Amino acid sequence: MSKILGLTGDGAVAYAVKQCNVDVVAAYPITPQTLIVEEFSEYVHNGEVHTEFVCVESEHSAMSACVGASLTGARVFTATASQGLALMHEILYIASSLRCPIVMGVVNRTLSAPINIHCDHSDMMGSRDCGWIQIYVENAQEAYDWVLQAFRIAEDPDVLLPVTVNLDAFILSHSLEGVKVLDDAEVEKFVSTRKPVLRVDPDKPITVGALCLTDFFFETKRQHVEAMNNSPKTISRVNNEFAELTGRRYDFIETFGMDDAEAAIICLGSTAGTAKAVAKSMRSKGKKVGVIKPWVYRPFPAEQIVKAIENLKALAVLDRACSIGAPYGPLCSDTIATLYREGIKLGVFNVIYGLGGRDMTPFDIETVFNETLEVAKTGVVKEPLKFVGVRE
Amino acid sequence: MLVEVRWHGRGGQGIVTVSRLLAQAALLDGKYVQAFPEFGPERRGAPVTGYTRISDDPITIHSHIYNPSIIVIVDPTLIGQIDVTKGLVEDGTVVANTEKAPQELKESLKTEKAKVYTVNATRIALDVLGRPIYNTAMLGALVKASPLVTLESLSKVVTERFPGAVGEKNVAVIKRAYEEAKGIE
Amino acid sequence: MSEESKPGWKSIPMAGVLLEPGSAMKYKTGDWRAFRPIIDEEKCINCLLCWIYCPDGAVIREEKKVSINYEYCKGCGICANECPVKAITMVEEKR
Repeated sequence: MSKILGLTGDGAVAYAVKQCNVDVVAAYPITPQTLIVEEFSEYVHNGEVHTEFVCVESEHSAMSACVGASLTGARVFTATASQGLALMHEILYIASSLRCPIVMGVVNRTLSAPINIHCDHSDMMGSRDCGWIQIYVENAQEAYDWVLQAFRIAEDPDVLLPVTVNLDAFILSHSLEGVKVLDDAEVEKFVSTRKPVLRVDPDKPITVGALCLTDFFFETKRQHVEAMNNSPKTISRVNNEFAELTGRRYDFIETFGMDDAEAAIICLGSTAGTAKAVAKSMRSKGKKVGVIKPWVYRPFPAEQIVKAIENLKALAVLDRACSIGAPYGPLCSDTIATLYREGIKLGVFNVIYGLGGRDMTPFDIETVFNETLEVAKTGVVKEPLKFVGVRE
Repeated sequence: MLVEVRWHGRGGQGIVTVSRLLAQAALLDGKYVQAFPEFGPERRGAPVTGYTRISDDPITIHSHIYNPSIIVIVDPTLIGQIDVTKGLVEDGTVVANTEKAPQELKESLKTEKAKVYTVNATRIALDVLGRPIYNTAMLGALVKASPLVTLESLSKVVTERFPGAVGEKNVAVIKRAYEEAKGIE
Repeated sequence: MSEESKPGWKSIPMAGVLLEPGSAMKYKTGDWRAFRPIIDEEKCINCLLCWIYCPDGAVIREEKKVSINYEYCKGCGICANECPVKAITMVEEKR
């Protein structure tokens, strides 16, 4: 039996974590992730969970404590944003390389300077190559659903990689929406308990994190790559089980109108929702536009994107982060690399938008769609990289 | 149908709270909702806005609200200080906490085609709560102007949010504001 | 071992974990020592300063005296330097 609760994005994450029998949470509050930590610490205070809540003095310590806890075989969660994620950076690599299946809520906020608390994806994109599985959600419901699935994916013995569930600062973190939640018992059955493959145990000692030089380091990285390569099978299996349980079907990407779309937008997070609303209205006027929303960003869903663009003529890739000095933003670089590898010729251009929380309006999105339709018609990309919503 | 509401008040007056209470009540009525604050750090006393979206269909749009169909002015001192009707759709609705009659407010706001409702929420709050907390009264006036949610759902979420006597008094505030609110087309 | 004869990524334990505890003991780190500490048991007052100062834990504490574990002693001479009664002398290794 599911019920509908009015929850903010942060609240939905905290509620999901409450239901997942998490053994250890070590977190440091930072806007706009604060509500996750606040609401979860209330659950701890009220005795609604058995979780060991570790108050730490920084995000660097938070992630370090999570690594230690995870190595003992515990189920571990943390959450952060922006500068906090940046401060964790070195430990992110340690968490994934030591194959700690930690789940982390990342409330995507830009990085200073100038100081700003609002949404863009600079924080996660800055740690894009840290070897974690990375999920981006569109609304509070998806935040709740993916946190539940994230524990299953992370802890699968074929994967054993940490997972970030990314939600847009304020746009999702502080917005209240209706969220269908499962009963505690249903969640317990779905997520079960973690069954560690290897763990530190005084009765059966092993050495973790020993010096590993030129003779073996490369081999451990190759293993790490393989774990990521294995993860799609697990992600699909978990998505299927979740769909059976809830009727809500997740995948590597969500598509809208892609069956007959000539022009499409691909983007991450909440913007995809606005893009779908705009596409719906444009399609009712006969314009063949579509939307691709990757839920899973790492591993990159190349196969699914290629399939989705089969009949497409032009694609606008929307990046809510700059890769300053690079030819394109991060999502666009990945997309173009995929198209090139598959020998697909498509009119593609990159749109950088929404930095520091600048609103991506339906009008802006309609303008991008119209430009993409123009590229579809003429086959000519005039501006390969453009900025939308910035004052000249 | 999608309805977009903008709430005007000052930091500390419970603008986020009412924007969410309205959404929670609509959830109970089986609607799809979004409620979000004016993002960012807030300063007590500074003009702030809050937003509520209510729809019969799932809401996927996540941009700001630029053209609300309803504007609720919780703090009467904002009228004339800031452009409270900015972006209001032509045939929209304004609900204001003021001593003025609807006709008088409508003339000063220069909103020819809008419906204008007024209520003395400050008086009601002082009478019932004994304190000048008049955010919940505006929920009652809003429902009079536009039946977005049922009074039953509103009462239920308010008593859940404020357990005990506080909740009951707020329900009384909402009902009295509903009765006293007056409007013109 | 040459690089080719070592196990590849498919067969090594996950994440560079060492499954056998205490495997560092297998490396006899004392075999390249240039000077060997010799304890004069007559002079030794069993104060245990050498045992405390030895950076390699190569001084063995026995009931009424100390001895040196030459498998791991690197011959640094800190014990001889710290000994208050000059009971330890560093003698050149014969190879």
